[in-house]
Amino acid sequence: MGEQEYVVQMKGITKVYPNGVAANQGVDFNVKRGEIHALMGENGAGKSTLMKMLFGLEQPTEGEIFINGKKETLSSPTVAISKGIGMVHQHFMLVPNLTVAENMVLGMEPKQKSLFLDYKKAVEITKEYAQKYNLQVDPDAKLRDIPVGMKQKVEILKALVRGAKILILDEPTAVLTTQETEELFKELVQLKEQGYTLIFISHKLNEIKQITDRMTIMRGGKSMGVYNTADVSKEEISRLMVGRDVILTVEKEKAVPEEVVLKVRDLEYTNEWNKKMLDKISFDVRKGEILGVAGVEGNGQRELVDMLFSLNTPDGGAVTVNGASVLHKSQRAVRDLGVSLIPEDRMTFGIAGTGTIEENLMSDRVASKRYNKGPLFDMKAMHEDSDQLIVDYKVLCKSRKQQVGMLSGGNIQKVVVAREFSCNPVLIIADQPTRGIDVGATEFIRKKLVELSRAGAAVLLVSADLNEVMELSDSLIIMCNGKIAAYFEDTSKLDDTVMGEYMLGLKQQDEEEVRRVQHEA
Amino acid sequence: MFEQLISMVFTTSFGYSIIRITSPILFAALAAVVAEKAGVSNIGLEGIMGISALFGVLFAYWTNNWLVGVLGALVVGAFLGLIMGFFALKLKTDIILAGIAINLMGGGGTIFLLYLFTELKGNTASLTTPAMLTPRINIPLIQDIPVLGPIFSGHSILTYVAFLLVFVVWVLLYKTATGLQIRAVGENPNAADSVGVSVLKIQYIALAISGALSGLGGAYMSMYYSQSWNTGIIAGRGFIALAAQAMGQGEPVGAMLSSLLFGFASALGNKMEGMQGFSSYLVAAIPYAVTIIGLVLYAAATIKRIKKTRK
Repeated sequence: MGEQEYVVQMKGITKVYPNGVAANQGVDFNVKRGEIHALMGENGAGKSTLMKMLFGLEQPTEGEIFINGKKETLSSPTVAISKGIGMVHQHFMLVPNLTVAENMVLGMEPKQKSLFLDYKKAVEITKEYAQKYNLQVDPDAKLRDIPVGMKQKVEILKALVRGAKILILDEPTAVLTTQETEELFKELVQLKEQGYTLIFISHKLNEIKQITDRMTIMRGGKSMGVYNTADVSKEEISRLMVGRDVILTVEKEKAVPEEVVLKVRDLEYTNEWNKKMLDKISFDVRKGEILGVAGVEGNGQRELVDMLFSLNTPDGGAVTVNGASVLHKSQRAVRDLGVSLIPEDRMTFGIAGTGTIEENLMSDRVASKRYNKGPLFDMKAMHEDSDQLIVDYKVLCKSRKQQVGMLSGGNIQKVVVAREFSCNPVLIIADQPTRGIDVGATEFIRKKLVELSRAGAAVLLVSADLNEVMELSDSLIIMCNGKIAAYFEDTSKLDDTVMGEYMLGLKQQDEEEVRRVQHEA
Repeated sequence: MFEQLISMVFTTSFGYSIIRITSPILFAALAAVVAEKAGVSNIGLEGIMGISALFGVLFAYWTNNWLVGVLGALVVGAFLGLIMGFFALKLKTDIILAGIAINLMGGGGTIFLLYLFTELKGNTASLTTPAMLTPRINIPLIQDIPVLGPIFSGHSILTYVAFLLVFVVWVLLYKTATGLQIRAVGENPNAADSVGVSVLKIQYIALAISGALSGLGGAYMSMYYSQSWNTGIIAGRGFIALAAQAMGQGEPVGAMLSSLLFGFASALGNKMEGMQGFSSYLVAAIPYAVTIIGLVLYAAATIKRIKKTRK
């Protein structure tokens, strides 16, 4: 066997995106024939990038890929498919208004008289493969009418019908119910028994333990090593996945929390795919404190922030800021309550890229009396204030007239922060405030956040960066599966191993403990 | 007055004129259906119809043969569809802007071309010979049936082609491999791309088909309906066809029914214009009002359906 034991060998893979982000740094990834190999890591650890390169969607900056011992250049998915690699995407690549059979044969249609689609043949092919691999689907059903679990089967069958021997499954259970997940696992084991090789991307420990043979763990774009699943404990995996790398410390005085500003009670939300994203979430944020929200991404944090800023409407529950409800209000009205938001996606929700720095800084306050003394804007006041903000928040730019979109990520974020922090907020919602920006800007923003909280603002800090939430927050909640898994009153005494266990769903505090985060009845 | 209207509607000549008026809209509506299914909005129908209407007449004039004229219009239409594709798909301009450009060309450019080729300004009435007009067809047997005969027989050959094309377009979309790819590309280009279907190629094909169909609509206008080409010949039919496509839920048969509804409203307007007691201006607006009402109803139904599925 020798080298041939490995069907996939990726050697020294480095991927640097044009914007300078290094998503993978010297990663080695080897998969044995006929195994289920887990690729684990938090969001942003570089798993998806690595797999995109294996499926020909991205090209590595450095490194080599060997398939069945032969060096290959995978320049497109079509090439990857021809080498026997198939991918089941997290967001299905399926056409809703076509039937299952039509989706199956798209791009390789059986024909009658070289023109007409041989639909009967398409159904036959679908049935044949469904039977062979024991993946039951209804060939004639329209795709939009079938449950998610069956859609996934169609995706797997699609790859198999195109001759895939190596299947990449990108977080296949993220959209499935428990029963569907169980079913999927049975099917995957069957595929393995028939000689297929499966690569299973996930960050769910229990699943990995249940069905994989070996695993590669990634963190921060690097491989943390390859392990036999049977040989490592969940705690060890959690430590390898979530551990902290660099520690930037921020000096801060002890918080003296006063009255409750943000009050969230029994917030519930089920998304359009019928997944419960918020499951009776209740907590309070008090004046003068920073409450952190930690958790692996996709556990309801985004939905929570949307609800708090009235960007979405929950199915049930209440959100109040100083006693006034936020729900069903316009964003203008929410801002008038003194709420400001640093959105997760700054390019879409934080700024208007083609606008100038000044326009972006003024965008939330153009209606204020200060700038509206006559029929026209008081441009002088606007210029003065903009220039002052640029100085105060150390935005590196040529002038206030520069396009925001042209600035670096860190400076763009400083513009957002300058606007959101300078409107005298009583509550600041900071969602991933330092993601993807340079160390200098990160430190600056963190300091400002602490400064404002000590000056009397209530701060809710949502961050997937463990280091950030632990350093900045006075107290902290951990979200897992749309619930609060844990509440820690004093962050300084926290240990990241313990946090990892709550984040990955290994542990859950009881109701009494979680209820402590409700400071008011 | 109302009785007069009713008695007018229930005549065979009224039925005949509905079909006559529907035909060009039907061509263009089918053109819109094909393009929309592939995920490209061809709002250049109006312009394509106008330009191919002119070329239909010119080709027919040069050869003194209507069939050459019709085929010429078809080819010119397909070519214009591809040009739109080149701008929108290859050079990445907004497809709506490309459509507007084609429409403006249909307005101003045609007069220029007309003058260039014939030194005429405004219309081609002086060129028309009987051999240039598409023939009327009397359908054996049917023409002898009372009521049905006078309604369905004796139309231009292109009218029958138009209704036949409803079926052909349906077969194309739902029974051929190309049709499957067109629908897939229109709905989820990423999915089509991921299995090696060339999204660009499919959209080019759809635009060419769409252009060819509107070309036939243009030929119908200049080589039958108006008997010659003039500057305002299409008179918004390309846009009404877009409405018919939307109202017909983007399906060939639906588009046909909506086109017929518009044909009905238009025929009604024509009849009422001659009657006392109706403002002719107001009456002329009926077809457009019907279109708007139809679109509103369609939108309301869509919203209701979406809400239902959400629940």
